[in-house]
Amino acid sequence: MSKDNQILEEFTNSEYKYGFESKIESDSAPKGLNEDIVRFISNKKEEPEWLLEWRLKAYRHWLTMKEPEWANIKFPSIDYQDVIYYAAPKQKIKPNSLDEIDPELRNTFEKLGISLQEQKRLTGVAVDAVLDSVSVATTFKEKLGDLGIIFCSFSEAVHKHPELIKKYMGSVVPANDNYFAALNSAVFSDGSFCYIPKGVRCPMELSTYFRINAANTGQFERTLIVAEEGSYVSYLEGCTAPMRDENQLHAAVVELYAAKDAEIKYSTVQNWYPGNKQGKGGIYNFVTKRGICAGDHSKISWTQVETGSAITWKYPSCILKGNYSVGEFYSVAVTNNFQQADTGTKMIHIGKNTRSRIVSKGVSAGKSQNSYRGLVKVMKRAENARNFSQCDSLLMGDKCGAHTFPYIESDNKTAQIEHEATTSKIGEDQIFYCNQRGIDDENAIALIVNGYCKEVLSQLPMEFAVEAQKLLAITLEGSVG
Amino acid sequence: MGSITDLLHKKYLIPMKQVIDKPSRKKPAEKLKEALISNFDQSQQAQGNLLTVKQNALKQFELLGFPSLKNEEYKYTPIARALEKSFTEEEILTSNTTPITLTAAQLKDILPQKIEANVLVFVNGRYTESLSKLISPKEEIVIEEFSKACETHAPLFEKHFAQYASIETDGFTAMNTAFAQQGVFIHVPKGKAVEKPVMLYFISDTTHGKTFTNLRNLFVIGENSQVKISESFYTFGKEISYTNAVTEIMADQQAIFSYYKIESESDLALHTGTTQIYQKRNSISNCTTVTLSGDIIRNNLNISLDDEYCEANMFGLSLLEGNHHVDNHTIADHRKPRSLSNELYKNVLDGSSKGVFNGKIYVRPDAQKTNAFQSNMNILLTDEASIKTKPQLEIWADDVKCSHGATTGQIDNEQLFYLRTRGLSEEDARALLLYAFALEVLENIKIKELREQLDKIVAARLHKNFE
Amino acid sequence: MLIIKDLKASIEGKEILKGINLTVKPGEIHAIMGPNGSGKSTLASVLAGREEYEITSGSVEYLGNDLLALSPEDRAREGIFLAFQYPVEIPGVSTTNFLKTAINEIRKHKGQDALDAVSFLSLMKEKMKLVEIDQSLMSRSLNENFSGGEKKRNEIFQMAMLEPKLSILDETDSGLDIDALKVVSNGVNKLKTKENATIVVTHYQRLLNYIVPDFVHVLYNGKIVKSGTKELALELEEKGYDWIKAA
Repeated sequence: MSKDNQILEEFTNSEYKYGFESKIESDSAPKGLNEDIVRFISNKKEEPEWLLEWRLKAYRHWLTMKEPEWANIKFPSIDYQDVIYYAAPKQKIKPNSLDEIDPELRNTFEKLGISLQEQKRLTGVAVDAVLDSVSVATTFKEKLGDLGIIFCSFSEAVHKHPELIKKYMGSVVPANDNYFAALNSAVFSDGSFCYIPKGVRCPMELSTYFRINAANTGQFERTLIVAEEGSYVSYLEGCTAPMRDENQLHAAVVELYAAKDAEIKYSTVQNWYPGNKQGKGGIYNFVTKRGICAGDHSKISWTQVETGSAITWKYPSCILKGNYSVGEFYSVAVTNNFQQADTGTKMIHIGKNTRSRIVSKGVSAGKSQNSYRGLVKVMKRAENARNFSQCDSLLMGDKCGAHTFPYIESDNKTAQIEHEATTSKIGEDQIFYCNQRGIDDENAIALIVNGYCKEVLSQLPMEFAVEAQKLLAITLEGSVG
Repeated sequence: MGSITDLLHKKYLIPMKQVIDKPSRKKPAEKLKEALISNFDQSQQAQGNLLTVKQNALKQFELLGFPSLKNEEYKYTPIARALEKSFTEEEILTSNTTPITLTAAQLKDILPQKIEANVLVFVNGRYTESLSKLISPKEEIVIEEFSKACETHAPLFEKHFAQYASIETDGFTAMNTAFAQQGVFIHVPKGKAVEKPVMLYFISDTTHGKTFTNLRNLFVIGENSQVKISESFYTFGKEISYTNAVTEIMADQQAIFSYYKIESESDLALHTGTTQIYQKRNSISNCTTVTLSGDIIRNNLNISLDDEYCEANMFGLSLLEGNHHVDNHTIADHRKPRSLSNELYKNVLDGSSKGVFNGKIYVRPDAQKTNAFQSNMNILLTDEASIKTKPQLEIWADDVKCSHGATTGQIDNEQLFYLRTRGLSEEDARALLLYAFALEVLENIKIKELREQLDKIVAARLHKNFE
Repeated sequence: MLIIKDLKASIEGKEILKGINLTVKPGEIHAIMGPNGSGKSTLASVLAGREEYEITSGSVEYLGNDLLALSPEDRAREGIFLAFQYPVEIPGVSTTNFLKTAINEIRKHKGQDALDAVSFLSLMKEKMKLVEIDQSLMSRSLNENFSGGEKKRNEIFQMAMLEPKLSILDETDSGLDIDALKVVSNGVNKLKTKENATIVVTHYQRLLNYIVPDFVHVLYNGKIVKSGTKELALELEEKGYDWIKAA
């Protein structure tokens, strides 16, 4: 084996560091999916009748749909009857303060490095943690409440703000949008809801951590963010899961709604369990994320660092409906061992003078496959639409693959669309070149990978950027030096 | 045509797709073709091997003819139809027989004055010594008329002539190879860095009638040598001119050369041109093509990177108005590993002018670690102007870095607004932005006087002085 | 400073260097010339520590220590600089960031504190003048999409920044037009002191008009077959390498 392959292999062979299971009693639905399960979930959550009807309608539609096959991913077919669709950590009463939360659960978060206390004290980030399917605690609720900001679990919002949920849920991602979105709409268990009233600039980063804990559980959370006219919010989402041999299913839906002059920044650091080195286990991550820039001069910006999951199928999208609205997508997707990622974005230009920017950085190591799939669509009325796309792939070793599928559809001649794509390899000669300037192997790889991803990492809020950098190092680093 | 693998091993470059018109199809300008062919014997001064090469080219020309719009490579550019409409058989055969009457005074605005350069002037294809000057020492560079070089430098000439520009698929190149008698032969011997540039002026003087000219140049640039060469095309008079120019350039290992093609012909000018470059190990080519006018202009710039660590830089600017139609086709053919090609072509289209850009990048199976970059940027100043752009990457190797980008748009309104908030009039701001757009190409021209001359023309076009 | 004794090296079982002997003292400039495939670049690579080459016999003493026992990065930290014939592209890593990492690694090795941002930038500014390198190259990814000439300039700029004791310039003239060659040579000459030494590896004599060597060695078939002064280079240019091959 040549030297650089050896180095790369060592770097890429480190273990998943978040793979522990919390021993918390959980309260689960029986395996399988039918209308009764949908009713069970709705009942558990004490939901109003209209929501149950909404779920059932989605479920019935789902039955008529087929799993999508166009993505560049391969996996054994999923037995949807072998999944537990609802698992809540068993707790008799809802906690009123952080101190009342099960200590084991709090331990879990501390192991994750996101101690709620710490977060609260040090960074002033408001955190909503979703463990398996239930939202556990939301910090900083009061302070946000003073500004009229609503930040709570989705279930709570259903009870306390039904008018908002009714108005916006499914307005961006309809219940029948695609196979996984329909599944989610039928069985979603919890998630986060966030509402920023007119003219309010949310003073802190809002954050949710998702963690799949119980075995054989699917996690189907929904996130809904509504930014009213002239408001601003930055939202962070982090994900981890314990190591298990079986594949676990995750099918979330995220909807963003930006009114006139509003801006939403949505950042994700996804670190679900990717499966072991032989490709066993890991999360199947089929997520529908979409935002609509409904008003003029609104802006939605997606930033994602995807290092986990056995399979990632995810295309955070922007519908640029308002004139002068802006959509952005910044992505780093790292795949290692047998991971597969098919990710990208869709930018749909409807309004005049709309702009979008896509920066996608794929890093493939081991025997993984990494695909960028993106659509830029300019509708007939979208005068002066502009798009810039840049898709780069970095290959480590020679057994992995990188693929780019840019789709461009333009129905307006004033559109300016630019696309750039590059593929490069970290090779022996790059490492030797660094060595010759006094830089050792470990620093050389860190330098190259972080440099390569810099443009995306710099979009993340400070604390998150540091975490993401560490995550990249963990994903690709090993015991050299 | 043979299989792909056969093609891959040919020495010169061949487009990958079938581009020959079907024999059954009616081709344009057949009568002109027949007139030329029947006149072949009278037109020849060649003998021996050279004659054989030309006879083969003639056969191929007979087979290919002039390309119709059904030919994929010419589908946006009706040059053959234009020839058919513009010339009678008689006009073709008698063209260029009138005496040369142009004087130095008439050329004052075209030829840069007081320049330290080798200047060669050709009028209607004929070398005009009285308007030319050669200043570089003979041991540094050989500059010879094409028609003489095939005798005075026979071995070198025969070794390279018609070895690079393919007659197999392009009728214009076949015609040129068969008929061209005039042009320039340049040889830079091993190790010479030629200090003074070579500036070639090809002038069509139509004051005595229409012109129809085949021009042929061959530049052999020796190992570790360096040279800068420009070709400029101008028209005098108010009649139609047609120029069919083929330039072959062979760059030996470690050679560095710059090649500039400037086209400033009349609004009636028809032009087809092929520049075929063949590069050996470590050689560097810097090509810039600037087109300022013409009725229908078609340029092919084909570069074959046939060894490791070659570098090819290709820049182009077309600044068009009225009914100008300019078509730039380029090929960067990466045949061996670790070479770099870098391409930037820009069009500024005013009036009802038409631009066409087709940029091919071939990366052959052996050409691992290739770096190839291509960018085509267009500004349309009116609704009537149009651009057809087609980047075409064909990659058979798997460890390569290639990128291409194409933009088409108007002047950036935000930039325009910004300049106006700083006090510039809209007209000035517009001109400034267009000048800046053009500059990125023009600044690659490293013959100072030529660059200054072009700057002036561009500034005049934009009705502004940027000094 | 550098004593090479009977150095033999091979790659994939094929012997390239067949017994090199060379002594370089501080303050000297040595030119190594030779036809393609004679082993010039191999010698440069072996001195820098490229690991594909197997050293089958001989020794290299550098500042009194066994050079061959050191890793490539430690050789660099001890002051050996190789200006690559084909500098490597590193996407995403700016020249500035790269050099900052390199300089601070070397300083750490010497037990010095890391350079702060301000002193680093002022050092960079000073050295950039030396090779007339464009500021814009500094923020671009290292060597990525640089022209051949820009890459070579960047190599000499890095040499200026790292202040090596022994510089090995591997075919630095290739890819440079005559104007750029003058600038780069000028930079190399300005960096010359009584304490440091330079080995210039080249195929052609032209570079030696500008970087004037104290000694010229002709490498052929893995051995130094002729040594002399700068006149030897001129003779070679005129007569070609066949003259050596025939001898």
